[in-house]
Formats: sequence, C-alpha cells, structure tokens
Amino acid sequence: MFSEPDLIALSLTLKLALLSTFILLIVGTPLAWWLTVSRWPLKFVVETVIALPLVLPPTVLGFYVLIALGPNGPIGGFMELIGARSFAFTFSGLVFGSVLYSLPFVVQPLQNAFQAIGSRPFEVAATLGASPLDRFFSVAIPLAKPGFITATALGFAHTMGEFGVALMIGGSIPGETKVASIAIYEHVEALEYDRAHLLSLTLLAFSFIVLAIVYSSRRRFSLIPS
Amino acid sequence: MSIEGQFQLQKGKFKLDVDLKAPVEGVTALFGPSGSGKTTLLRLIAGLELDSKGSLKIGEEIWQDDQEFLPAHKRRIGYVFQEDNLLPHLNVKGNIEYGWKRSSEKGTTKSLQQAIELLGIEELLSRKPATLSGGERQRVAIARALATRPKLLLMDEPLAALDRSRKEEILPFIDSIHRNLEIAVIYVTHASDEIARLADHLFLMENGRFIANGKIDNMLTRLDLPLSHSDEAESIVDADVREYDATYKLNYLDCAAGRFTVSGNQLRIGESVRLRIAARDVSLTLEPPRNTSILNIFPATVDKLMPKGGSQMTVRLKMADHLLLSRITRKSVDNLGLREGDIVYAQIKSVAVFS
Repeated sequence: MFSEPDLIALSLTLKLALLSTFILLIVGTPLAWWLTVSRWPLKFVVETVIALPLVLPPTVLGFYVLIALGPNGPIGGFMELIGARSFAFTFSGLVFGSVLYSLPFVVQPLQNAFQAIGSRPFEVAATLGASPLDRFFSVAIPLAKPGFITATALGFAHTMGEFGVALMIGGSIPGETKVASIAIYEHVEALEYDRAHLLSLTLLAFSFIVLAIVYSSRRRFSLIPS
Repeated sequence: MSIEGQFQLQKGKFKLDVDLKAPVEGVTALFGPSGSGKTTLLRLIAGLELDSKGSLKIGEEIWQDDQEFLPAHKRRIGYVFQEDNLLPHLNVKGNIEYGWKRSSEKGTTKSLQQAIELLGIEELLSRKPATLSGGERQRVAIARALATRPKLLLMDEPLAALDRSRKEEILPFIDSIHRNLEIAVIYVTHASDEIARLADHLFLMENGRFIANGKIDNMLTRLDLPLSHSDEAESIVDADVREYDATYKLNYLDCAAGRFTVSGNQLRIGESVRLRIAARDVSLTLEPPRNTSILNIFPATVDKLMPKGGSQMTVRLKMADHLLLSRITRKSVDNLGLREGDIVYAQIKSVAVFS
C-alpha cells in the first residue's frame, strides 16, 4: 500500500491538522467572542484581517509568514533574541502558518454561532448572578455547540488540505514539513501517478468524511459574517 | 424598603426621564400603553441598560450614581421577562439551580424547595424548556427567580404572551409571592385587570414619564386619570372574612362601609381579601331599595360626577373611607337629579374576591 515516506507524510499531515485545530480553537474562541461583544468602532479591521486568507493566494500568506519567521523578521528576530531556534522550515513554523491560514474557518462559524444566541440568554444569566466570564462558560459555550462542531471540522479539513503555505514555509523536509499535499505534488512531478492517486484518494476520503459529519448535523452555517 | 431612582435615557426618538420614589412593599405596578417606557424603566432598575444616566438606591444600598454602576449580576434581583426566560440548554432543574447556585442561598436547599413547591413544578423538573407550554415556562422562570431570594422581583409583562386560561393559572402564584415570601415585586403590565388584582401601589407611565402615582384604590378611582374612564373601570375594597353561611353557601365580609355578602367557595375566616367591583355592576337609587334580589346595598355619598362621553357617566361614591365607581347613563343621572354631596344607595350586583 503506502510507502514508508508516504506514511510519514500522512501522519505528519494528521499531526499538523490536529495540533492546528487545537490551537485554532484555543485562539479562535476568545477572538470570536470578542468580535461578537466588542463595541469598538475599528473592530471591522480585525475582522477583515482574519478574513484575508479566504481570498489571498496561500503563497502570498506563506511568503509573508516566511519573512516574519526569518532571522530578520519580527518573529524570527525575537526568537533569535531569546536564543530559540528559528521557526522557518520547521514543523512549528508550519503550525504557525496553518493557524493563520485556517483562522477564518474557525472564527467565522464561532462568531455566527455566538451572534445567533442573541442577548436574552445572557441577560437572563446576568440577572441570576452570573458574571461576564461565568456567562461565557455557562451560556455562550454550550449554546454555541453547533458552531464549535462546524469550526472544528472546517479548521481540521482546511488545514489538512493546505499546500501553498506549507510549500513556502515548510520546504518539504521529510518527517518535519513534508505534508501529504506536498508529497502528492512531488509524486506527480516524478510521474509516480499510482502513489499520487493513493495519497489523493486518502485526502479526498478524509475531507469527505469530515465535511459529511458537519452537514449531517444539519446546522446551517455561513462563512460570511452577517 | 424604599426605592429612590432618577433616570434619563435616550434611545433613538424615545426619551425616558423619570424620578422614582416609592416605598416598595407588596406589588408596585408600572402601568401604561405600549411604548411608554415601562420595560425600559424595569431594565434600568435591573442594570440591563448600560448607557443610562441617573441614580438608584434600594433601601440603603446604592446601585447606581455618578461614580458607580453596580452590574446586573451583583444586584439582588429576580427578573421575569415576557418570554424566552429559560436557558434552552438546561432542563427545568438546571434552570432553577442556575440562579440558586450563584446566590447566597446555595448553602441550603430550603429556598429551592420552597420555590418549586410554591409554583407547583415538581413534575416538570427533568423536562427541557422546548417541551413546556408557555404557562409552564413562566412558572419555572418565577420559581427560578424566587429560589435566589431576591430583594426585588422585577416582572416584565409575565403574562402578556399567554391566553386567558393560562393567565388564570399563573395569577394566584404571583399573588402569593409577596404574602408568602415577603419579596417586593415591581410588575410591568398594560392589562388593567392585572393591576386591580395584584397591585398595591401604581405608577402610571406615558411617553417615558410618570403621569401619576399612588395607592391602587386611589389610582383606580381618580377621575382625572384614564383608568376610571375605561369600559372595564373598577374599584377595590379591602375586607376581612368574618363568617360563612353553609346553608346558602355565602361568605360574609366586613369593611369600614359595612358587610359584604359574597357567594362562591368558602373563604378562610379572618383572612384579608381584596374585593373588585366593576363600575358597570354598581347601580344607584335614592331610596333604600326594598324587595330587591341584590344583597349588597350600601349608603354612599356622591363624591364626583364625570361624563364619560356618549350616553355614559362615571359617578364616584364615597362609602365610609372607600371610594367606589359607578357607571350609569347620563339620562339616569338627570332622572335622579344627582348632584355632588347627595346621599344615594349603591346596589352592587357582583363582587369578585381575591385573596
């Protein structure tokens, strides 16, 4: 079936998707909540920046992330300053890029779900003695459950399928940054169509299953914030 | 306990400007047409309107002034909204415990048990809100608020979304709140029958302002206010249950004006009850009537006459220290030659009793 390098690429892809999704939820949930409740007039700028990966060529995003991570970039420079290894061409850098790249796919369903709750349940909770933080955990999170299902599935599937960002920051180092989508590309370049088929079919099946889970939960979601 | 508040709030075209000062005991009703600012005022008291300017003092506690704004979750209130009160992801028990767990009552289940019993919702505890009827949902919401033992229970038209029979199902529960638990209630409504039944003190609102306030019996019979002019105009008399006549199945109740005879179920002797008398059920004669089927006849003085428009006239009577409204035709007033100060006999055709 799969060759050894392909298995490594697949497991790396899975590891990247799981880790990125986890970080995306940790980062995306408070961000989506803040976007829902904030009355800051310049909030739309933040919303626009988060939405950029929806329309930007992944290579553009990847290019800027690469610059930022490099020794002269703000993040790379900081890493160097504290004596840490640079992120560029590492798995960590790949995770960083993936999180940025998939952020709108997590933040927007969550933001929609939070908005759909409306103000009443929060007012009810407040009159019953729940503080704002308490209301977030006891009302917002449980009532936004469909949004979390959508966000998790989309974040996961989207990270699994990324190519451009991985190519720019990753540099195709086996076991470190060579994910399945890049392995497929290299197989095709080398005219190894059988192996490209196998990997492609695996990704296709995986994405289908993940998305089918979302749609079977019969919750409508929209990627465009209302 | 007293409430002292002053609020200004601008919401688009609507402007609210009120100066609230009242003893809060029993049920204080905020009454007025839709859009008069009743709900907004209630939300201001609860701390749910964040852009408000003003001050609020409940008893000795300052909830809002120029420097301070006590957030809603720190105010000891219960709030019952018109609808959508229940947290949809929790069952009835979860909803009731939500407030109780966050209140100073959490150490003991007494208030929790009492609230559940008082509202009769033992059977509903494991149900989800979506499976409850509108009336059941409101009962759960009231119980949930009571379980936290609030200082002040704020109710925003809690019955407006319900049909008549559901309303009747809940009214006795609301009636019993301040008597059994001694929790002060502020009750918003635009239904005049609810205020006659529940309120002890009444604030009339219009266009974001108070137009009058006072004790309920005075407010119902003030001829300069709209309540006395409606077709459902009524007056109330507080009376004590004295005797029950088992032969005729009649209750005898005493008030300053004399003895009322009221049919219906046996009332508890010694209990204080509120009698509601519709103005259109009160007719007048100049002589003490004899050979009449009407049991409740009282001498009274004509206090004030006010044309209602059309053929009708509203007559306010003084009966000892009670004020009573009578709705008769203008023609009858002329036939009897009624004038202020005249002595008449009020024949009361029917009386509704509320304990």
